[in-house]
Amino acid sequence: MKKDRNFLPSLIGIILLLLFVVLLENISALIPGLPQIFQPTSPLFTVLKKAAVYSLVAVSMNLLNGFTGLFSLGQAGFMLLGAYTYAILTVPSAQKEQVYYLFGGCAFDSSIVDIFGNVFGTSGVGGAVSMVLGCLIAIVAAGCVAGFFAYLIGIPVLRLKSDYLAIATLGFAEILRAIFQWQKLGPVTNGANMIKGFPTFSDFNITDGAGNVLVRLSTFVPFLISSICIMLIVLLIHSSYGRAFKSIRDDEIAAEAMGISLFKHKMMSFVISSFFAGVGGALFAMYVANAQAKAFTSVMTYEILLIVVIGGIGSVSGSVLATFLYVACSEWWLRFLDSELYIGGFKVPLLRNGFRMVVFSVVIMVIVLFFSQGIMGNRELDILSLIKRKAAAKPAEKKEERK
Amino acid sequence: MANALHLENITMQFGGVVSVNNLTLDVPEGKIIALIGPNGAGKTTAFNCITGVYQPTNGLIEFMGKPMVRNHPTGKDAKNYKGENADRYVKDPVLAPTPDRITGLGIARTFQNIRLWKSMTVFENVLTAKHQRASQNVFSATFRGNLAEENRMREETMDLLTEQGLDAYKDELAVSLPYGLQRRLEIARALATKPSLLLLDEPAAGMNPQETAELADFVKEIREKYDLTVFLIEHHMDLVMNISDYIYVIDFGSEIAQGRPEEVQSNKRVIEAYLGVTEEEEE
Repeated sequence: MKKDRNFLPSLIGIILLLLFVVLLENISALIPGLPQIFQPTSPLFTVLKKAAVYSLVAVSMNLLNGFTGLFSLGQAGFMLLGAYTYAILTVPSAQKEQVYYLFGGCAFDSSIVDIFGNVFGTSGVGGAVSMVLGCLIAIVAAGCVAGFFAYLIGIPVLRLKSDYLAIATLGFAEILRAIFQWQKLGPVTNGANMIKGFPTFSDFNITDGAGNVLVRLSTFVPFLISSICIMLIVLLIHSSYGRAFKSIRDDEIAAEAMGISLFKHKMMSFVISSFFAGVGGALFAMYVANAQAKAFTSVMTYEILLIVVIGGIGSVSGSVLATFLYVACSEWWLRFLDSELYIGGFKVPLLRNGFRMVVFSVVIMVIVLFFSQGIMGNRELDILSLIKRKAAAKPAEKKEERK
Repeated sequence: MANALHLENITMQFGGVVSVNNLTLDVPEGKIIALIGPNGAGKTTAFNCITGVYQPTNGLIEFMGKPMVRNHPTGKDAKNYKGENADRYVKDPVLAPTPDRITGLGIARTFQNIRLWKSMTVFENVLTAKHQRASQNVFSATFRGNLAEENRMREETMDLLTEQGLDAYKDELAVSLPYGLQRRLEIARALATKPSLLLLDEPAAGMNPQETAELADFVKEIREKYDLTVFLIEHHMDLVMNISDYIYVIDFGSEIAQGRPEEVQSNKRVIEAYLGVTEEEEE
């Protein structure tokens, strides 16, 4: 009953983390004169938002690759489905004409937010409620669409093993990307143009009538949604079904001989993983404030795969940690490598545009060669037991023995 | 006595190679039946036909009096078919259960080369085998809707481990156990699926004489305790002669003898085909 004992502390930990994020976001407004890093425009918040989004996608990929042993590379495709679903459903009807100007308006002329707006009103608390509800439903719908497509594609594809599955899912993602740029589908997908104007993270900031921000929630929102989704995935992994997934990863033949239906469980894992990838896609669209098919390339899938590998295949906390490290490095800490640097009169060699990617590649090669287990291997970060062990190493051991 | 398992004219042909040829055998309820034969005789293939890993090219398998697998050669197989009785099962609809469904019916198996789930502990290995008997769906499992069932599964697992003498190792990784205990754990895992027929594929492979003797007692013991029928493949003659009620001997896929242990032991063909060369085959 180990997992249930850990549940409450984890929940408290996540709530504390969320509160901390809210505090961090608003601290510059509370205490004036803080360094630039705490200002809302600092790269810190960009990194936090992007990492929150990516960590959900990474964990969803880990559910499939790490816990069920299905090597799938379709994550970007399912994110694309999620992003488009969310965008199409939430672009305000007033803006549809303008966004879809090439195609004379959108096939879906309304927006969920507006539908709720008709009920709750469009300003003040009513407007906030209708936007939150509308976005929430659109996000769930984004996941459902991705899950539904995963089900359809899963029927033929999940019979394939390892590399073949990877190729098939990668191909599926690429085909989706092409289809979504198809001009004929313009009234739905806006062709190769981006869809924008839908509610993004910053629309969740609480403002007064004049548009001044009272409480910033733009980093809190992705954190909240991601942590709820990751919690659900963790609960699933620790359930009877999660164990069945792991048994398929460890030994398919034994799993089948013990009565675990391979197809059913692989499909379940595939659909659930894609659902959360779809949700991640919706969040990604909110993060970049647009939805455009050409952003969801296979490079994005590789990026996420890389995060999963760095974090440790089969470790949720590893994936989350690795996401934050990866995003912080690529968006912030290693940025200096891209610009020329002078120390005194000395020009540091090699530093120029693009050098960051060289360093990155080397780091990745080192990790793969010498730390192939990743940061966490397949273990989980267990802060609680770490604290306990440090606080009272011996009494804790005695307790275990008595049990 | 009713038959737990009944094989009729089972033929398994891979391309032009006939692995199992026209095998007919009965496993009566509550007995320990052995299938022996030299290496490559087709014993494991016969097992794989029973457990649904392979669809036999021709023949009928009944479990507890009900047809479970039934097939006849079709397409290319029909042209190349070298066995007998090709027309006998044609009229019936083809039943094609998968291994997981067959386990659901109440047949559990172990493997010749141990197949435990490597990343899991002893406890989890047994607990996971209980998954298919659980009634919870993926949502109720995720949201812990049915904790009573989950707790019951854990209790049953613990009881099973205690009975098998594995409780001391419950939190260790399954692969870190000594070889004999891994075998025992594999049997415990098979028992967790609540079978009425247990198939053991060379349970004594790689065991020393003492472990083999222990295993013989163990198999008898679980047969009594769980009201099982046991069907096993074995190379160790000591074990087979000690525990089996009835023995089938196959060579090159075909049955060459059957009978009680002492009858088989003195059968000339068996000695020629099998017992005479056991010493050289020990590898």
